[in-house]
Amino acid sequence: MRHPSARAGRTRDARGAIRSGPGTAASRVLLRLLLVLVAACGLAVLVPGTAGAEGEQVIGTLQTSRSGPIEGIEVTVTTADGDDVDTAETDDEGRFAVDLPGPGQYTVTIDADSLPEGVVLSGEDSRTVTVDAGRRQPVQFGLNDGSTGSGGGNVRAIQLFVDGLRFGLLIAISAVGLSLIFGTTGLTNFAHGELVTIGALFAWWVNVGLGVPIIPAAIIAMIGGAAFGALNELGLWRPLRRRGTGLVAALVVSIGLSLLLRYLVQILYGGDSNPYTGLGASRAVDYGLFRLTNQSLVSIIISVVVLVLVAVMLQRTKIGKAMRAVADNRDLAASSGINVNRVILVVWMMGGSLAALGGVLLGLSDQVRWDMGFQLLLLMFAGVTLGGLGTAYGALVGSVIVGVFVQMSTLVIPNDVKYVGGLLLLIVILVIRPQGILGSRARIG
Amino acid sequence: MGDLINALAVAGKSALGFQAVFFALLAIGLNVHFGYTGLLNFGQIAFALLGGFGIAISVSQWGLDFWVGVLVGLGAAVVLALLLGLPTLRLRADYLAIATIATAEGLRLLFRSVSASEVTGGTRGLSAFNGDFVSLAPWDTGQRYSILGTRWSGGELWVALVGWVLVALLCLLVWLLVRSPWGRVLKAIREDEDAVRALGKNVYLYKMQSLVLGGVIGALGGMVYVVGTGAANPDQFQNANTFLAYAVLILGGAARVLGPVVGAVILLFVIQFADTGLRALISNGIIPEGLLSATDVAQIRFVLVGLGLMLLLVFRPQGIFGDRREVMLDAR
Repeated sequence: MRHPSARAGRTRDARGAIRSGPGTAASRVLLRLLLVLVAACGLAVLVPGTAGAEGEQVIGTLQTSRSGPIEGIEVTVTTADGDDVDTAETDDEGRFAVDLPGPGQYTVTIDADSLPEGVVLSGEDSRTVTVDAGRRQPVQFGLNDGSTGSGGGNVRAIQLFVDGLRFGLLIAISAVGLSLIFGTTGLTNFAHGELVTIGALFAWWVNVGLGVPIIPAAIIAMIGGAAFGALNELGLWRPLRRRGTGLVAALVVSIGLSLLLRYLVQILYGGDSNPYTGLGASRAVDYGLFRLTNQSLVSIIISVVVLVLVAVMLQRTKIGKAMRAVADNRDLAASSGINVNRVILVVWMMGGSLAALGGVLLGLSDQVRWDMGFQLLLLMFAGVTLGGLGTAYGALVGSVIVGVFVQMSTLVIPNDVKYVGGLLLLIVILVIRPQGILGSRARIG
Repeated sequence: MGDLINALAVAGKSALGFQAVFFALLAIGLNVHFGYTGLLNFGQIAFALLGGFGIAISVSQWGLDFWVGVLVGLGAAVVLALLLGLPTLRLRADYLAIATIATAEGLRLLFRSVSASEVTGGTRGLSAFNGDFVSLAPWDTGQRYSILGTRWSGGELWVALVGWVLVALLCLLVWLLVRSPWGRVLKAIREDEDAVRALGKNVYLYKMQSLVLGGVIGALGGMVYVVGTGAANPDQFQNANTFLAYAVLILGGAARVLGPVVGAVILLFVIQFADTGLRALISNGIIPEGLLSATDVAQIRFVLVGLGLMLLLVFRPQGIFGDRREVMLDAR
C-alpha cells in the first residue's frame, strides 16, 4: 500500500524519510461496499494457494464472473521496507502463491496493466498485509469486469443513490460533533477523524477480543467514545482555552493530535484491516430497484433514528437549546446564565460518542482500519462546509448530499477517483456559497 | 557504541541530504504563507507533487527537456495557487485550510488512480527523468563517496549540493522581499487585515501573490525530492508531509528567514536518529520485540512529530528563533 512500485534508485533512507502512510486508499473504502452490494461485480475469490510448502505465504486468486480465472498476471511481493521478496504469475486457475522469508508486514502488488480486456481493478493494485508466523495469508484484489450495471434488474443510478444515502448518513453521524464543536468553541478539529477510528477500533476490540456481539459492542464503543471526547476536552482543549491559545494555534495543535493518535493507532493495531465478527449472512437482498445487505439496511435505520434523536434533543431539551445558544453567540449565552464549559463538555461527549458510532458503521461496511477516520474526515469537512460550518442541521444535510454525490458520481467518473469529485464539490461550494446551505453570512469572515 | 556512531552518521546524512532540502523548501514556502501572511495552507504537499510530477511527466512521458519540465512544474504550481486562492482567500483562514488539505488529498488520489496511470504511472509512478540533471555533476556520479563516516552516491551529493544552493538563494529572496514595502504589507495583513484594507491596499491581491510565491517554492521542493530519489510516485506525497513541514517551520521559528532551514536540519536529524537508534536497540534486544517491532519504528516519527507540534504550539509557539509577538496565532 505504501510504495508498491517505482522504487528504482531510491535509497532506504530516502524512502524512510518520506514514507508516511495515511490514507493512500481512500477509494477502497467504498469500493468494498460496492463489491458487497452489487452481486454482478467480479470478485477476487479466495482459494487456498497452490503450493503446499511449510512457512509463511501470501495466496490469492484473480478471477471475475465474466472473464473466468485470469492467467499470467505478475504478482510482486515486497517487505514493508520496500525490498523485493519474490514475484509470481497467476496460473491457469488464476491462483498465485508467494513464499515469504518470515512473518511480518508485506505489500502485494499486481500488474494492473496486464489485466485482460474489459477487466479493471476496482480498487488499489496493491495490498498491505500482516502475515503471522506459519500463516498462509489470503490477499484479495477487487476486480470489475464491467458487468456491474447490467443484470439482476438493478438500476445502477438508484443502487448508487441508496449506497450514497447510507454513506452520507454515516458521514452525517460522524460530522454532527465536528460541526457542533466548531460552533461552540470555534475549533476546527482536525483530530475528529481519530474519534471515528478509535471508536471503531474500540468496538472491534470488544467484539473480536472479548467476544461481545456487535450491537452491545457498538454501545460500549459509544460510551468509550463519549469518555474519549470528554478526555479530549478536559485534558487538552479546556486548559488551552484557559491559557488563551488562539484558534489557529489550536487548529495546528489538533493536527498534531491527529498525527499522534493516527500513528499510535497504527503502531498498536497494525496496518491491516479487520472485519467485525458475528454479523451473520451478508447476502444482498433484492428490493427490485436496488439490492441491500441487511447490514446496510440496519445501518441506514440506525443512522436515521440516531439523527432524529439528535435533532429532537437539540430542539426540545434544555441542554440542546443551550448548545444551539452557545453555538449562536457564546457571550450572550454565558451572560444569560448558561454554563458554557459544561455545554461544551456535553458537546464533546456527544460528538465523541456519535463519531464512535459512525466508526462502527463504517467498519461494518469497509472493515476496521487505522486510517479510516482520517479518510472520512475530509468528506466530513466537505459535508459540514456544504451545510454551513457550525450548524448542526447543516452538517446533516451537507453530509448526506456529499455521500450521495460521491457515490452517484461514479456514473460518470471512474470509481477510484470518486472522492476527488467529493473534494471538488467542496471547492465549488466555497466559490458559490461559502456559508453553506444553512449557514449565515456572518460566520465566514 | 558502533551502533550509536552509525545512528549519528545516518541521522547526519539525512539532515544534510536532499530530504532535508525538500522539507526546508516546503517550509520556506509555508513561511511565506503562514509565517508572513498568516495564510493556513495545509496542502503544501500538493504544490510539491505538481512540481515533482511536472518534471517527471514532461521528461519521461512527453520526452521534453529537463529544464522545460522544471518550467512545467512551476507553471502548474502557479495555476494551482490561483485556483485555490480565487475562492478561499476572501474567506476566513480555516476555509483555506480545509480547501487546501482537500485538494492535496484529491490530487494525490487522482494521480495514483488507474485512469490517470497513462500519464502519471499510477501507483507505480515514473522514473528515469533525472539523467540530464545528474549528468551535469562535475564529479563521477556512479561512484560512492565517504564523508565523515557516511556513504553518499555521487548523484545524491550533487542533488543535495544544488538543493542547498537553491535553499540559500530562496532564503536571500525571502529576506529581500520581507524587508521590502511589499513584505511589510504582508506582515501587516497577518497582524490586522482590516487595517491594511482601510489603508487602501488590495489585501486579496497581496494574499494571492503570497500564495503563489510560497506554492512555487513548495514545487521546487518537490522537484528536488523526485530528482533526489530518481522516481516520482504519488504516494511519496502524503499529506502528513505538509505537517512535517509545519513542524519544521514552527520548530525553527515562523516569520524568520532561516527558521525553516534550521528547523529542517534539526527535525530530520532527530527523526532519523530516533529511527535508526530505535531499530538498533530492537535488533540488539534492548527493547523487547513484543513492545515495539522494527516495522513500527517508521510510524514513531509521526508520533514524535505530532507530539512535538502540540508541545511547541502550546509552550513555545515561536520555536527556536521566532519572536513571540510576531507569530500569528489567532484566526480571523
